[in-house]
Amino acid sequence: MKSVIFRTVAPVLTSLMALFSIFVLLRGHNEPGGGFIGGLIAVSALAIYGMAYGVETVRRAIFFHPMAIAGAGLLAATLAGLISIFARVPFMTGLWIYPAILGLEVPLSTVLLFDAGVYLVVVGAIGSIALSLEERGGE
Amino acid sequence: MAASIAPSADLSTALVHAPPTAAAWLVILPVAWCLAVGALLVMLRRPIALHPTIAIVGLAGLVLIDGLLLREVAENGPMTMVMGRWLPPFGIAFTADLTGALFALAAAIVALVAGVFSLADINDSGRRYGFYPLLMLLMAGVSGAFLTGDIFNLYVWFEVLLISSFGLLVLGSEPEQIDGTVKYGFLNLVATTLFLIATGYLYAVLGTLNMADIARKAEGLRDSAPLVTLAGLFMLAFAMKAAAFPVNFWLPASYHTPRVVVSALFGGLLTKVGVYALVRVMVMLFPVEREELSFVLAVAGALTMIVGVLGALAQTDFRRILGYLIVSGIGSMLAGIAVGGPGGTGGAIFYALHSMLVMTGLYFASGIALRLGASSSIDTLAGLYRRHAGFAALTLMLCFAVSGLPPFSGFWPKVMLVKAALDIGAWWLAATLLLAGFLTTIVTGRLFLLAFWREGAHAAGEVEALSPATLGPLAVLTGLTLLIGLYPEPLLVMIQNAAAGLAEPSGYVDSVFPGGRP
Repeated sequence: MKSVIFRTVAPVLTSLMALFSIFVLLRGHNEPGGGFIGGLIAVSALAIYGMAYGVETVRRAIFFHPMAIAGAGLLAATLAGLISIFARVPFMTGLWIYPAILGLEVPLSTVLLFDAGVYLVVVGAIGSIALSLEERGGE
Repeated sequence: MAASIAPSADLSTALVHAPPTAAAWLVILPVAWCLAVGALLVMLRRPIALHPTIAIVGLAGLVLIDGLLLREVAENGPMTMVMGRWLPPFGIAFTADLTGALFALAAAIVALVAGVFSLADINDSGRRYGFYPLLMLLMAGVSGAFLTGDIFNLYVWFEVLLISSFGLLVLGSEPEQIDGTVKYGFLNLVATTLFLIATGYLYAVLGTLNMADIARKAEGLRDSAPLVTLAGLFMLAFAMKAAAFPVNFWLPASYHTPRVVVSALFGGLLTKVGVYALVRVMVMLFPVEREELSFVLAVAGALTMIVGVLGALAQTDFRRILGYLIVSGIGSMLAGIAVGGPGGTGGAIFYALHSMLVMTGLYFASGIALRLGASSSIDTLAGLYRRHAGFAALTLMLCFAVSGLPPFSGFWPKVMLVKAALDIGAWWLAATLLLAGFLTTIVTGRLFLLAFWREGAHAAGEVEALSPATLGPLAVLTGLTLLIGLYPEPLLVMIQNAAAGLAEPSGYVDSVFPGGRP
């Protein structure tokens, strides 16, 4: 994929898709969206970047190994369930806090933490597969 | 902003309000703990030297948690925790009763000793491939399967342990490992699909997936719902997972290919998860249907026993022999489930627990034999007795145990099963059990005679040293086998209570639905 057009568009497309994936993740609580689909969009972004600039560039850009990202996601999801210990409610109960950030009330919850964990697991696991496929295929 | 997110309906009637007791957390902790430790290990990619330490500490923690859970359940009866506060049957319930807790503890012990054994068996490349994270995730799946109170959730844990087991099987990426994994994976996916279909069917018929709720609802639907079909579907799916005849051929085809410690884990744990699921579904959820199907189960059990042990007689590869012995043992458990009653169910549970410890131990022995004799075939292995008498003694004890000879743990479940079979007049089943035991003795006798006693080329008097990490796990498992064989009383009482709790699941149902149905 050495086309100039593709290489010019890829960074813009990637950043837009990454942003959109986070939007989809956050939207997911009450409307269609969520961690899984958000994660898939983010992986597509990484895959496009990899096609344009090579897998090594992507690996450098995401800094952590994809499997480490997946592990962090799994840990986050598990901890999101375990936080309920401190609130004396059963495992995985949704707990909400509403801190005011910059004068705006932001609802944060263990559900969101769990979903972010799912997002990271999908990014890490599917990303790991996609990157190694790109590495071996082509050229 | 907050108002738009707060639910408009009054949800308080759908939630559990009593705060969970500290003990109730023990029900969910085995799974959460394994997942958390496994995730941590996945994250620590570079310092792989730390992996074994973290994993062994994690598994020791798991043994502790499961031990506390068993104590709690033995004293206070079944315990339930519902995910996310939703009232059952809508919230997914984790319910630990004696059966689940016993299996979970035995599995944790097996995993811990396997973790120690892996110190000498898994090299750096195995660690880099992720042996320890996969081990923790496998244990998350196994613990989840033993402790969940929801049949769809059981399916999910089956998937978790299946995926981890694929990873463990291909560790090393040798062609024959891939070959074994394909057979294993294909057959298991068929079984899993069947399980999923049966679960969907069950949901369509009963409208619930919660096990306690199924047990209650099935009571009133015996005349109208196709429950025997359902039970039959579940039976086939779980029998496939447990490697029962005629769907047993995947096990001997795949269990001898991976690393020894992986074989040991699989031999100890995976088929027993299938047996556990069979016990749970056939005995607790569909007791009347089990009666209907008991003849099929008994015949399948008898054939499994005989086919398994004959297969073992025909093999020369140490690990293949063990694979067939596992199959033969599964037959005894099926026979117990078919016979039913406290003796039959209890015997099946006891046999499963015994088989977990003994089969894992024997796989360790096969690994050590491979290291000492540089061969896995009993045609070429010889003179192991001279090389390490202690190792030979431990293996001999395990051979006795797996044959069901006293004073080892295999004796008591055999006695229970034979007695239970005779009590209901199934003399042919009792005879098959005894015959299988006799043939197993021949199998292990042949194994010991050829690999250990036969004079080898090895010079006499030369004793090889084995590291504590190699011999220790074997000694611990043999010790447990001997202990259970000599002093079975406490375990026997627990198993009898567990079988009674399955036959009359009112304690289980009450723990999920305290104070009756809302």
